[in-house]
Amino acid sequence: MSSEILLQLSYLIGSITFILGLKMLSSADSARRGNLLAAAGMGIAIVGTIFFHKDSEGHAIGNLIWIFAAMLIGTVVGYLMAMRVKMTAMPQMVSFFNGMGGACAAIISIVELHSHDHSQASPWYMLIIYLGLIIGTVSFSGSVIAYGKLDEKIKDINSKALTYINLLLLALVFGVLGVTVFSPATISADMALWLLLGLSTLYGVLFVMPIGGADMPVVISLLNSFTGMAAAFGGFMYNNPVMLTGGILVGSAGTILTVLMCTAMNRSLLNVIIGSFGGGGSAAGGGAKGDQTVREITLTDTAILCAYASKVSIVPGYGLAVAQAQHICHEFEKNLVERGVEVNYAIHPVAGRMPGHMNVLLAEADVPYPMLVEMEDVNPNLPNTDVVIIVGANDVVNPAAENDPSSPIYGMPVIKVWEAKTVIVLKRSMRAGYAGIENELFFHPKTKMLFGDAKDTLTKLVGELKGI
Amino acid sequence: MEFSPNTLELLYIVILSVLLGIEVISNVPAILHTPLMSGANAIHGVVIIGAIIVMGHAKSDDYVALTLGFLAVLLGTLNVVGGFVVTNRMLEMFKKKK
Repeated sequence: MSSEILLQLSYLIGSITFILGLKMLSSADSARRGNLLAAAGMGIAIVGTIFFHKDSEGHAIGNLIWIFAAMLIGTVVGYLMAMRVKMTAMPQMVSFFNGMGGACAAIISIVELHSHDHSQASPWYMLIIYLGLIIGTVSFSGSVIAYGKLDEKIKDINSKALTYINLLLLALVFGVLGVTVFSPATISADMALWLLLGLSTLYGVLFVMPIGGADMPVVISLLNSFTGMAAAFGGFMYNNPVMLTGGILVGSAGTILTVLMCTAMNRSLLNVIIGSFGGGGSAAGGGAKGDQTVREITLTDTAILCAYASKVSIVPGYGLAVAQAQHICHEFEKNLVERGVEVNYAIHPVAGRMPGHMNVLLAEADVPYPMLVEMEDVNPNLPNTDVVIIVGANDVVNPAAENDPSSPIYGMPVIKVWEAKTVIVLKRSMRAGYAGIENELFFHPKTKMLFGDAKDTLTKLVGELKGI
Repeated sequence: MEFSPNTLELLYIVILSVLLGIEVISNVPAILHTPLMSGANAIHGVVIIGAIIVMGHAKSDDYVALTLGFLAVLLGTLNVVGGFVVTNRMLEMFKKKK
Protein backbone atom coordinates (compact mmCIF):
# COMPACT_ATOMS: atom_id res chain seq x y z
CA MET A 1 0.00 0.00 0.00
CA SER A 2 1.27 3.45 -0.76
CA SER A 3 2.15 5.65 2.17
CA GLU A 4 -0.50 8.16 1.13
CA ILE A 5 -3.20 5.54 1.60
CA LEU A 6 -1.76 4.49 4.95
CA LEU A 7 -1.74 8.14 6.01
CA GLN A 8 -5.35 8.68 5.00
CA LEU A 9 -6.31 5.42 6.68
CA SER A 10 -4.73 6.56 9.94
CA TYR A 11 -6.70 9.80 9.65
CA LEU A 12 -9.92 7.91 9.00
CA ILE A 13 -9.34 5.76 12.08
CA GLY A 14 -8.53 8.90 14.08
CA SER A 15 -11.71 10.66 12.96
CA ILE A 16 -13.92 7.67 13.72
CA THR A 17 -12.45 7.15 17.19
CA PHE A 18 -12.98 10.85 17.97
CA ILE A 19 -16.66 10.61 17.07
CA LEU A 20 -17.23 7.32 18.90
CA GLY A 21 -15.11 8.45 21.84
CA LEU A 22 -17.09 11.63 22.27
CA LYS A 23 -20.34 9.69 22.01
CA MET A 24 -19.18 7.20 24.63
CA LEU A 25 -18.01 10.02 26.90
CA SER A 26 -21.56 11.24 27.17
CA SER A 27 -22.85 8.24 29.11
CA ALA A 28 -21.49 7.15 32.47
CA ASP A 29 -20.95 3.47 31.70
CA SER A 30 -18.88 3.84 28.57
CA ALA A 31 -17.14 7.14 29.32
CA ARG A 32 -13.80 5.73 30.32
CA ARG A 33 -13.54 3.42 27.33
CA GLY A 34 -14.55 6.34 25.12
CA ASN A 35 -11.68 8.43 26.40
CA LEU A 36 -9.16 5.62 25.87
CA LEU A 37 -10.54 4.94 22.39
CA ALA A 38 -10.11 8.58 21.36
CA ALA A 39 -6.60 8.55 22.84
CA ALA A 40 -5.70 5.45 20.83
CA GLY A 41 -7.07 7.05 17.66
CA MET A 42 -5.03 10.16 18.35
CA GLY A 43 -1.92 8.01 18.73
CA ILE A 44 -2.56 6.31 15.39
CA ALA A 45 -3.10 9.62 13.60
CA ILE A 46 0.11 11.05 15.10
CA VAL A 47 2.20 7.99 14.15
CA GLY A 48 0.64 8.03 10.68
CA THR A 49 1.62 11.67 10.23
CA ILE A 50 5.19 11.17 11.39
CA PHE A 51 5.87 8.23 9.10
CA PHE A 52 3.68 8.77 6.06
CA HIS A 53 3.11 12.49 5.65
CA LYS A 54 4.61 14.10 2.55
CA ASP A 55 4.46 17.74 1.51
CA SER A 56 3.39 18.86 -1.95
CA GLU A 57 6.92 18.25 -3.29
CA GLY A 58 7.05 14.73 -1.89
CA HIS A 59 9.38 15.42 1.05
CA ALA A 60 8.81 13.20 4.07
CA ILE A 61 8.72 14.55 7.62
CA GLY A 62 12.21 15.67 8.67
CA ASN A 63 13.75 16.94 11.90
CA LEU A 64 12.55 13.73 13.48
CA ILE A 65 14.94 13.93 16.41
CA TRP A 66 13.56 17.30 17.38
CA ILE A 67 9.99 16.16 16.97
CA PHE A 68 10.57 13.12 19.17
CA ALA A 69 12.40 15.24 21.74
CA ALA A 70 9.53 17.73 21.92
CA MET A 71 6.98 14.94 22.17
CA LEU A 72 8.97 13.19 24.88
CA ILE A 73 9.20 16.34 27.00
CA GLY A 74 5.53 17.12 26.39
CA THR A 75 4.49 13.59 27.33
CA VAL A 76 6.51 13.45 30.54
CA VAL A 77 5.52 16.93 31.70
CA GLY A 78 1.86 16.53 30.66
CA TYR A 79 1.60 13.13 32.32
CA LEU A 80 3.16 14.30 35.57
CA MET A 81 1.02 17.42 35.71
CA ALA A 82 -2.15 15.46 35.04
CA MET A 83 -1.32 12.78 37.59
CA ARG A 84 -0.26 15.15 40.32
CA VAL A 85 -3.01 17.73 40.12
CA LYS A 86 -5.45 17.62 43.02
CA MET A 87 -9.00 16.83 42.05
CA THR A 88 -10.04 20.20 43.44
CA ALA A 89 -7.76 21.96 40.97
CA MET A 90 -9.12 20.05 37.99
CA PRO A 91 -10.89 22.99 36.32
CA GLN A 92 -7.69 25.04 36.22
CA MET A 93 -5.82 22.07 34.78
CA VAL A 94 -8.29 21.64 31.95
CA SER A 95 -8.03 25.35 31.27
CA PHE A 96 -4.24 25.15 31.21
CA PHE A 97 -4.12 22.25 28.73
CA ASN A 98 -6.69 24.04 26.62
CA GLY A 99 -4.46 27.12 26.52
CA MET A 100 -1.52 24.97 25.35
CA GLY A 101 -3.61 23.69 22.44
CA GLY A 102 -4.55 27.26 21.54
CA ALA A 103 -0.92 28.35 21.64
CA CYS A 104 0.03 25.39 19.47
CA ALA A 105 -2.54 26.42 16.83
CA ALA A 106 -1.34 30.03 16.91
CA ILE A 107 2.32 29.05 16.51
CA ILE A 108 1.49 26.86 13.52
CA SER A 109 0.01 29.91 11.79
CA ILE A 110 3.04 32.05 12.72
CA VAL A 111 5.52 29.50 11.34
CA GLU A 112 3.41 29.13 8.21
CA LEU A 113 3.49 32.91 7.70
CA HIS A 114 7.20 33.03 8.42
CA SER A 115 8.45 30.17 6.25
CA HIS A 116 6.59 30.64 3.01
CA ASP A 117 6.19 33.47 0.60
CA HIS A 118 2.49 34.19 0.51
CA SER A 119 2.43 37.05 -1.97
CA GLN A 120 0.75 34.76 -4.51
CA ALA A 121 -1.58 33.01 -2.07
CA SER A 122 -5.32 33.46 -2.36
CA PRO A 123 -7.15 35.67 0.17
CA TRP A 124 -9.09 32.56 1.19
CA TYR A 125 -5.91 30.78 2.24
CA MET A 126 -4.58 33.84 4.05
CA LEU A 127 -7.88 34.24 5.87
CA ILE A 128 -7.57 30.68 7.21
CA ILE A 129 -4.01 31.23 8.42
CA TYR A 130 -4.87 34.47 10.18
CA LEU A 131 -8.08 33.09 11.71
CA GLY A 132 -6.09 30.17 13.13
CA LEU A 133 -3.67 32.70 14.58
CA ILE A 134 -6.37 34.92 16.09
CA ILE A 135 -8.57 32.22 17.58
CA GLY A 136 -5.60 30.23 18.87
CA THR A 137 -4.15 33.31 20.54
CA VAL A 138 -7.45 34.38 22.12
CA SER A 139 -7.91 30.85 23.41
CA PHE A 140 -4.39 30.82 24.82
CA SER A 141 -4.45 34.16 26.62
CA GLY A 142 -8.05 33.66 27.75
CA SER A 143 -7.25 30.22 29.16
CA VAL A 144 -4.22 31.51 31.01
CA ILE A 145 -6.36 34.20 32.67
CA ALA A 146 -9.08 31.64 33.45
CA TYR A 147 -6.41 29.42 34.98
CA GLY A 148 -5.13 32.30 37.10
CA LYS A 149 -8.60 33.26 38.25
CA LEU A 150 -9.60 29.74 39.22
CA ASP A 151 -6.32 29.36 41.03
CA GLU A 152 -7.15 32.63 42.77
CA LYS A 153 -3.96 34.24 41.53
CA ILE A 154 -5.85 36.84 39.51
CA LYS A 155 -8.71 38.94 40.84
CA ASP A 156 -11.85 39.92 38.95
CA ILE A 157 -11.94 43.31 37.35
CA ASN A 158 -15.48 44.54 37.10
CA SER A 159 -16.01 47.53 34.92
CA LYS A 160 -18.70 48.48 32.47
CA ALA A 161 -16.04 50.19 30.41
CA LEU A 162 -14.44 46.81 29.69
CA THR A 163 -17.49 45.74 27.71
CA TYR A 164 -16.96 48.67 25.33
CA ILE A 165 -13.20 48.24 25.22
CA ASN A 166 -13.71 44.60 24.30
CA LEU A 167 -16.17 45.42 21.53
CA LEU A 168 -13.69 47.98 20.22
CA LEU A 169 -10.84 45.45 20.35
CA LEU A 170 -12.93 42.89 18.50
CA ALA A 171 -13.76 45.46 15.82
CA LEU A 172 -10.05 46.32 15.52
CA VAL A 173 -9.08 42.66 15.15
CA PHE A 174 -11.57 42.17 12.34
CA GLY A 175 -10.58 45.49 10.78
CA VAL A 176 -6.90 44.61 10.66
CA LEU A 177 -7.76 41.09 9.47
CA GLY A 178 -9.88 42.48 6.64
CA VAL A 179 -7.20 44.90 5.47
CA THR A 180 -4.45 42.26 5.72
CA VAL A 181 -6.34 39.66 3.77
CA PHE A 182 -8.08 41.67 1.11
CA SER A 183 -5.69 44.54 0.65
CA PRO A 184 -2.28 43.04 1.43
CA ALA A 185 -0.44 45.90 -0.28
CA THR A 186 -1.47 48.43 2.38
CA ILE A 187 0.11 46.64 5.30
CA SER A 188 3.37 44.73 5.66
CA ALA A 189 3.06 41.06 6.57
CA ASP A 190 5.21 41.50 9.67
CA MET A 191 3.19 44.46 10.81
CA ALA A 192 -0.06 42.51 10.34
CA LEU A 193 1.29 39.53 12.26
CA TRP A 194 2.40 41.59 15.27
CA LEU A 195 -0.75 43.69 15.30
CA LEU A 196 -3.05 40.68 15.20
CA LEU A 197 -0.99 38.81 17.74
CA GLY A 198 -1.04 41.75 20.15
CA LEU A 199 -4.71 42.59 19.70
CA SER A 200 -5.83 38.97 20.07
CA THR A 201 -3.76 38.44 23.20
CA LEU A 202 -5.23 41.58 24.74
CA TYR A 203 -8.73 40.59 23.73
CA GLY A 204 -8.39 37.14 25.30
CA VAL A 205 -7.18 38.70 28.55
CA LEU A 206 -9.84 41.39 28.76
CA PHE A 207 -12.63 39.08 27.63
CA VAL A 208 -12.09 36.70 30.55
CA MET A 209 -11.07 39.33 33.11
CA PRO A 210 -14.52 40.60 34.16
CA ILE A 211 -16.26 37.22 34.16
CA GLY A 212 -17.34 36.19 37.64
CA GLY A 213 -16.03 33.10 39.36
CA ALA A 214 -19.29 31.18 39.19
CA ASP A 215 -19.39 31.62 35.43
CA MET A 216 -15.85 30.38 34.89
CA PRO A 217 -16.80 26.83 33.79
CA VAL A 218 -18.86 28.32 31.00
CA VAL A 219 -15.88 30.36 29.85
CA ILE A 220 -13.55 27.37 29.93
CA SER A 221 -16.02 25.39 27.88
CA LEU A 222 -16.28 28.27 25.42
CA LEU A 223 -12.50 28.62 25.12
CA ASN A 224 -12.36 24.87 24.66
CA SER A 225 -14.58 25.12 21.61
CA PHE A 226 -12.44 28.06 20.38
CA THR A 227 -9.34 25.86 20.42
CA GLY A 228 -11.36 23.25 18.55
CA MET A 229 -12.07 25.81 15.84
CA ALA A 230 -8.42 26.89 15.74
CA ALA A 231 -7.44 23.25 15.19
CA ALA A 232 -10.03 23.03 12.42
CA PHE A 233 -8.48 26.05 10.64
CA GLY A 234 -5.20 24.14 10.78
CA GLY A 235 -7.06 21.30 9.08
CA PHE A 236 -8.17 23.63 6.31
CA MET A 237 -4.66 24.98 5.96
CA TYR A 238 -3.10 21.56 5.44
CA ASN A 239 -6.09 19.92 3.84
CA ASN A 240 -5.95 17.53 6.75
CA PRO A 241 -9.19 15.64 7.42
CA VAL A 242 -8.42 14.43 10.94
CA MET A 243 -7.59 17.92 12.20
CA LEU A 244 -10.73 19.14 10.53
CA THR A 245 -13.09 16.53 12.00
CA GLY A 246 -11.45 16.59 15.43
CA GLY A 247 -11.42 20.39 15.57
CA ILE A 248 -14.92 20.95 14.26
CA LEU A 249 -16.34 18.18 16.42
CA VAL A 250 -14.92 19.80 19.54
CA GLY A 251 -15.89 23.24 18.27
CA SER A 252 -19.55 22.33 17.84
CA ALA A 253 -19.80 19.93 20.77
CA GLY A 254 -18.05 22.49 22.96
CA THR A 255 -20.49 25.19 21.94
CA ILE A 256 -23.47 22.97 22.74
CA LEU A 257 -21.90 22.00 26.05
CA THR A 258 -21.42 25.69 26.84
CA VAL A 259 -25.08 26.35 26.15
CA LEU A 260 -26.11 23.34 28.27
CA MET A 261 -24.05 24.64 31.17
CA CYS A 262 -25.68 28.05 30.87
CA THR A 263 -29.09 26.38 30.91
CA ALA A 264 -28.14 24.51 34.09
CA MET A 265 -27.52 27.89 35.70
CA ASN A 266 -30.53 29.49 34.05
CA ARG A 267 -28.38 32.11 32.34
CA SER A 268 -27.93 32.98 28.71
CA LEU A 269 -24.53 32.82 27.09
CA LEU A 270 -24.73 36.47 26.13
CA ASN A 271 -25.54 37.29 29.72
CA VAL A 272 -22.42 35.47 30.88
CA ILE A 273 -20.13 37.12 28.38
CA ILE A 274 -21.43 40.69 28.31
CA GLY A 275 -23.45 41.19 31.46
CA SER A 276 -20.81 39.54 33.61
CA PHE A 277 -21.49 39.31 37.35
CA GLY A 278 -21.15 43.07 37.54
CA GLY A 279 -22.23 45.67 40.06
CA GLY A 280 -20.45 44.05 42.99
CA GLY A 281 -21.41 47.02 45.16
CA SER A 282 -25.15 46.71 44.81
CA ALA A 283 -24.97 42.95 45.27
CA ALA A 284 -23.10 43.19 48.53
CA GLY A 285 -25.43 45.91 49.77
CA GLY A 286 -28.52 43.74 49.36
CA GLY A 287 -27.68 41.52 52.30
CA ALA A 288 -27.29 44.08 55.05
CA LYS A 289 -30.88 44.45 56.16
CA GLY A 290 -31.16 45.59 59.76
CA ASP A 291 -29.67 43.61 62.61
CA GLN A 292 -29.99 39.98 61.68
CA THR A 293 -29.00 37.43 64.25
CA VAL A 294 -26.93 34.37 63.61
CA ARG A 295 -27.83 31.29 65.61
CA GLU A 296 -24.95 29.02 66.52
CA ILE A 297 -25.19 25.35 67.43
CA THR A 298 -22.76 23.16 69.35
CA LEU A 299 -21.10 20.02 68.06
CA THR A 300 -22.94 17.82 70.55
CA ASP A 301 -26.34 19.23 69.63
CA THR A 302 -25.57 18.73 65.94
CA ALA A 303 -24.56 15.13 66.51
CA ILE A 304 -27.70 14.39 68.54
CA LEU A 305 -29.93 16.12 66.02
CA CYS A 306 -28.49 14.04 63.18
CA ALA A 307 -28.39 10.76 65.07
CA TYR A 308 -32.08 10.91 65.91
CA ALA A 309 -33.25 12.28 62.57
CA SER A 310 -34.93 9.95 60.13
CA LYS A 311 -33.81 11.79 57.05
CA VAL A 312 -30.61 13.80 56.55
CA SER A 313 -29.45 15.52 53.42
CA ILE A 314 -25.87 16.71 52.94
CA VAL A 315 -25.26 19.60 50.57
CA PRO A 316 -21.57 19.63 49.64
CA GLY A 317 -19.90 22.66 48.10
CA TYR A 318 -16.46 23.75 47.06
CA GLY A 319 -15.60 24.46 50.71
CA LEU A 320 -15.76 20.72 51.36
CA ALA A 321 -13.25 20.14 48.62
CA VAL A 322 -10.94 22.92 49.76
CA ALA A 323 -10.88 21.49 53.29
CA GLN A 324 -10.21 18.04 51.75
CA ALA A 325 -13.13 16.87 53.86
CA GLN A 326 -14.75 14.47 51.38
CA HIS A 327 -13.33 11.36 53.08
CA ILE A 328 -14.35 12.34 56.60
CA CYS A 329 -17.72 13.43 55.27
CA HIS A 330 -18.18 9.93 53.88
CA GLU A 331 -17.29 8.55 57.33
CA PHE A 332 -19.86 10.84 58.97
CA GLU A 333 -22.52 9.74 56.51
CA LYS A 334 -21.62 6.04 56.99
CA ASN A 335 -22.05 6.39 60.74
CA LEU A 336 -25.50 7.88 60.28
CA VAL A 337 -26.52 5.19 57.81
CA GLU A 338 -25.47 2.51 60.33
CA ARG A 339 -27.87 4.10 62.79
CA GLY A 340 -30.66 3.71 60.31
CA VAL A 341 -30.79 7.33 59.22
CA GLU A 342 -31.68 7.86 55.58
CA VAL A 343 -28.85 9.96 54.13
CA ASN A 344 -28.28 11.40 50.71
CA TYR A 345 -26.06 14.00 49.07
CA ALA A 346 -27.88 16.82 47.34
CA ILE A 347 -25.78 17.76 44.34
CA HIS A 348 -26.33 21.08 42.64
CA PRO A 349 -25.38 20.90 38.94
CA VAL A 350 -22.69 23.55 39.39
CA ALA A 351 -21.54 22.58 42.88
CA GLY A 352 -17.78 22.85 43.05
CA ARG A 353 -16.15 24.79 40.30
CA MET A 354 -17.54 22.98 37.28
CA PRO A 355 -20.68 21.03 36.47
CA GLY A 356 -20.14 17.52 37.75
CA HIS A 357 -17.04 18.52 39.71
CA MET A 358 -18.62 17.55 43.05
CA ASN A 359 -19.51 14.10 41.77
CA VAL A 360 -15.90 13.53 40.83
CA LEU A 361 -14.74 14.65 44.27
CA LEU A 362 -17.21 12.47 46.17
CA ALA A 363 -16.50 9.50 43.93
CA GLU A 364 -12.85 9.97 44.89
CA ALA A 365 -13.89 9.47 48.54
CA ASP A 366 -15.75 6.22 47.67
CA VAL A 367 -19.21 7.65 48.30
CA PRO A 368 -21.59 5.18 46.62
CA TYR A 369 -22.92 6.62 43.39
CA PRO A 370 -26.66 6.06 44.17
CA MET A 371 -26.36 8.31 47.24
CA LEU A 372 -25.69 11.31 45.02
CA VAL A 373 -29.03 12.86 44.18
CA GLU A 374 -29.45 15.65 41.68
CA MET A 375 -31.07 18.93 42.61
CA GLU A 376 -34.36 18.32 40.78
CA ASP A 377 -34.91 15.09 42.70
CA VAL A 378 -33.90 16.57 46.05
CA ASN A 379 -36.05 19.68 46.09
CA PRO A 380 -39.50 17.97 46.24
CA ASN A 381 -38.35 15.85 49.21
CA LEU A 382 -36.90 18.65 51.30
CA PRO A 383 -40.06 19.51 53.30
CA ASN A 384 -39.93 16.04 54.90
CA THR A 385 -36.18 16.09 55.46
CA ASP A 386 -35.28 16.57 59.13
CA VAL A 387 -31.78 17.96 58.87
CA VAL A 388 -29.90 19.50 55.99
CA ILE A 389 -26.17 19.82 56.53
CA ILE A 390 -24.45 22.30 54.30
CA VAL A 391 -20.75 21.68 54.01
CA GLY A 392 -18.95 24.54 52.34
CA ALA A 393 -21.73 25.37 49.88
CA ASN A 394 -23.03 28.89 49.65
CA ASP A 395 -24.35 30.35 46.40
CA VAL A 396 -26.17 27.14 45.41
CA VAL A 397 -28.35 27.35 48.56
CA ASN A 398 -28.93 31.10 48.50
CA PRO A 399 -32.64 31.98 48.71
CA ALA A 400 -31.88 35.28 46.95
CA ALA A 401 -31.91 33.31 43.69
CA GLU A 402 -35.64 32.81 44.28
CA ASN A 403 -36.84 35.96 45.98
CA ASP A 404 -34.46 38.85 45.30
CA PRO A 405 -34.69 40.14 41.73
CA SER A 406 -31.79 42.52 42.37
CA SER A 407 -29.43 39.68 43.19
CA PRO A 408 -26.90 38.74 40.51
CA ILE A 409 -27.84 35.09 40.90
CA TYR A 410 -31.59 35.74 40.68
CA GLY A 411 -33.16 33.03 38.54
CA MET A 412 -30.46 30.43 39.07
CA PRO A 413 -32.05 27.18 40.25
CA VAL A 414 -30.96 26.48 43.84
CA ILE A 415 -31.41 23.72 46.40
CA LYS A 416 -34.28 24.95 48.57
CA VAL A 417 -32.74 23.86 51.85
CA TRP A 418 -34.86 26.32 53.85
CA GLU A 419 -37.86 24.07 53.22
CA ALA A 420 -36.33 21.36 55.39
CA LYS A 421 -37.02 21.26 59.13
CA THR A 422 -33.55 22.29 60.28
CA VAL A 423 -30.57 23.62 58.38
CA ILE A 424 -27.07 23.34 59.81
CA VAL A 425 -24.36 25.27 58.01
CA LEU A 426 -20.74 24.19 58.43
CA LYS A 427 -18.72 27.24 57.58
CA ARG A 428 -15.40 28.80 58.44
CA SER A 429 -16.65 32.35 58.79
CA MET A 430 -19.45 34.63 57.65
CA ARG A 431 -17.57 35.44 54.45
CA ALA A 432 -19.57 35.72 51.24
CA GLY A 433 -19.50 32.89 48.69
CA TYR A 434 -17.54 32.58 45.48
CA ALA A 435 -19.92 34.85 43.60
CA GLY A 436 -19.27 37.48 46.29
CA ILE A 437 -22.86 37.86 47.46
CA GLU A 438 -24.45 37.78 50.88
CA ASN A 439 -26.55 34.80 51.80
CA GLU A 440 -29.64 35.50 53.90
CA LEU A 441 -29.97 31.77 54.52
CA PHE A 442 -27.45 32.20 57.34
CA PHE A 443 -29.93 34.47 59.14
CA HIS A 444 -32.95 32.27 58.45
CA PRO A 445 -34.90 31.20 61.59
CA LYS A 446 -34.40 27.53 60.70
CA THR A 447 -30.66 27.92 60.19
CA LYS A 448 -28.01 27.12 62.76
CA MET A 449 -24.36 27.86 62.15
CA LEU A 450 -21.53 25.55 63.13
CA PHE A 451 -18.32 27.51 62.62
CA GLY A 452 -14.97 25.90 61.95
CA ASP A 453 -12.91 24.16 59.30
CA ALA A 454 -15.11 21.57 57.56
CA LYS A 455 -12.67 18.70 57.99
CA ASP A 456 -12.05 19.51 61.63
CA THR A 457 -15.74 19.92 62.42
CA LEU A 458 -16.74 16.70 60.67
CA THR A 459 -13.97 14.77 62.44
CA LYS A 460 -15.26 16.02 65.79
CA LEU A 461 -18.84 15.23 64.76
CA VAL A 462 -17.90 11.65 63.97
CA GLY A 463 -16.29 11.47 67.41
CA GLU A 464 -19.47 12.81 69.03
CA LEU A 465 -21.60 10.35 67.09
CA LYS A 466 -19.51 7.44 68.34
CA GLY A 467 -20.15 8.63 71.89
CA ILE A 468 -23.92 8.60 71.52
CA MET B 1 -5.01 26.22 -1.59
CA GLU B 2 -7.52 27.96 -3.83
CA PHE B 3 -11.22 28.08 -3.30
CA SER B 4 -12.00 25.05 -5.43
CA PRO B 5 -14.24 21.99 -5.62
CA ASN B 6 -11.82 20.48 -3.12
CA THR B 7 -12.62 23.26 -0.68
CA LEU B 8 -16.28 22.49 -1.05
CA GLU B 9 -15.53 18.88 -0.25
CA LEU B 10 -13.92 20.04 2.97
CA LEU B 11 -17.02 22.08 3.68
CA TYR B 12 -19.06 18.86 3.56
CA ILE B 13 -16.83 17.47 6.30
CA VAL B 14 -17.25 20.68 8.28
CA ILE B 15 -21.02 20.68 8.09
CA LEU B 16 -21.34 16.98 8.86
CA SER B 17 -18.92 17.30 11.78
CA VAL B 18 -20.85 20.25 13.18
CA LEU B 19 -24.11 18.29 13.07
CA LEU B 20 -22.41 15.23 14.49
CA GLY B 21 -20.92 17.25 17.35
CA ILE B 22 -24.33 18.63 18.26
CA GLU B 23 -25.98 15.23 17.99
CA VAL B 24 -23.36 13.46 20.07
CA ILE B 25 -23.48 15.94 22.94
CA SER B 26 -27.22 16.39 23.37
CA ASN B 27 -28.77 14.52 26.33
CA VAL B 28 -25.61 14.47 28.41
CA PRO B 29 -26.34 14.35 32.15
CA ALA B 30 -24.89 17.33 34.04
CA ILE B 31 -22.72 14.95 36.06
CA LEU B 32 -20.68 14.19 32.98
CA HIS B 33 -20.17 17.78 31.83
CA THR B 34 -16.75 18.07 33.42
CA PRO B 35 -15.24 14.83 32.08
CA LEU B 36 -16.83 15.48 28.71
CA MET B 37 -15.33 18.95 28.49
CA SER B 38 -12.00 17.51 29.53
CA GLY B 39 -12.25 14.75 26.93
CA ALA B 40 -13.15 17.21 24.20
CA ASN B 41 -10.21 19.29 25.38
CA ALA B 42 -7.90 16.35 24.75
CA ILE B 43 -9.39 15.72 21.30
CA HIS B 44 -8.65 19.22 20.03
CA GLY B 45 -5.06 18.39 20.84
CA VAL B 46 -5.21 16.92 17.32
CA VAL B 47 -3.75 20.30 16.41
CA ILE B 48 -0.42 18.63 17.22
CA ILE B 49 -0.58 17.03 13.78
CA GLY B 50 -0.31 20.49 12.27
CA ALA B 51 2.65 21.17 14.53
CA ILE B 52 4.38 17.97 13.38
CA ILE B 53 3.81 18.92 9.75
CA VAL B 54 5.19 22.43 10.29
CA MET B 55 8.20 21.13 12.18
CA GLY B 56 8.77 18.22 9.83
CA HIS B 57 8.99 20.43 6.76
CA ALA B 58 10.95 23.29 8.30
CA LYS B 59 14.28 23.93 6.58
CA SER B 60 17.19 22.77 8.71
CA ASP B 61 18.79 26.25 8.69
CA ASP B 62 15.60 28.12 9.51
CA TYR B 63 16.07 28.48 13.23
CA VAL B 64 12.99 30.59 13.81
CA ALA B 65 10.76 27.93 12.27
CA LEU B 66 12.60 25.14 14.06
CA THR B 67 12.35 26.80 17.46
CA LEU B 68 8.70 27.70 17.06
CA GLY B 69 7.91 24.29 15.59
CA PHE B 70 9.61 22.58 18.51
CA LEU B 71 7.56 24.69 20.91
CA ALA B 72 4.34 23.91 19.00
CA VAL B 73 4.95 20.15 19.08
CA LEU B 74 5.74 20.36 22.79
CA LEU B 75 2.64 22.36 23.67
CA GLY B 76 0.45 20.18 21.45
CA THR B 77 1.75 17.05 23.20
CA LEU B 78 1.01 18.64 26.57
CA ASN B 79 -2.56 19.22 25.41
CA VAL B 80 -3.00 15.65 24.14
CA VAL B 81 -1.29 13.71 26.91
CA GLY B 82 -2.40 15.94 29.78
CA GLY B 83 -5.94 16.09 28.45
CA PHE B 84 -6.43 12.34 28.10
CA VAL B 85 -4.70 11.51 31.39
CA VAL B 86 -6.73 14.04 33.38
CA THR B 87 -9.96 12.79 31.82
CA ASN B 88 -9.03 9.21 32.56
CA ARG B 89 -8.28 10.09 36.17
CA MET B 90 -11.68 11.73 36.56
CA LEU B 91 -13.52 8.81 35.02
CA GLU B 92 -11.56 6.28 37.03
CA MET B 93 -13.29 7.69 40.10
CA PHE B 94 -16.74 7.22 38.66
CA LYS B 95 -15.90 3.60 38.00
CA LYS B 96 -15.06 2.81 41.61
CA LYS B 97 -18.66 2.26 42.68
CA LYS B 98 -18.40 -1.03 44.50
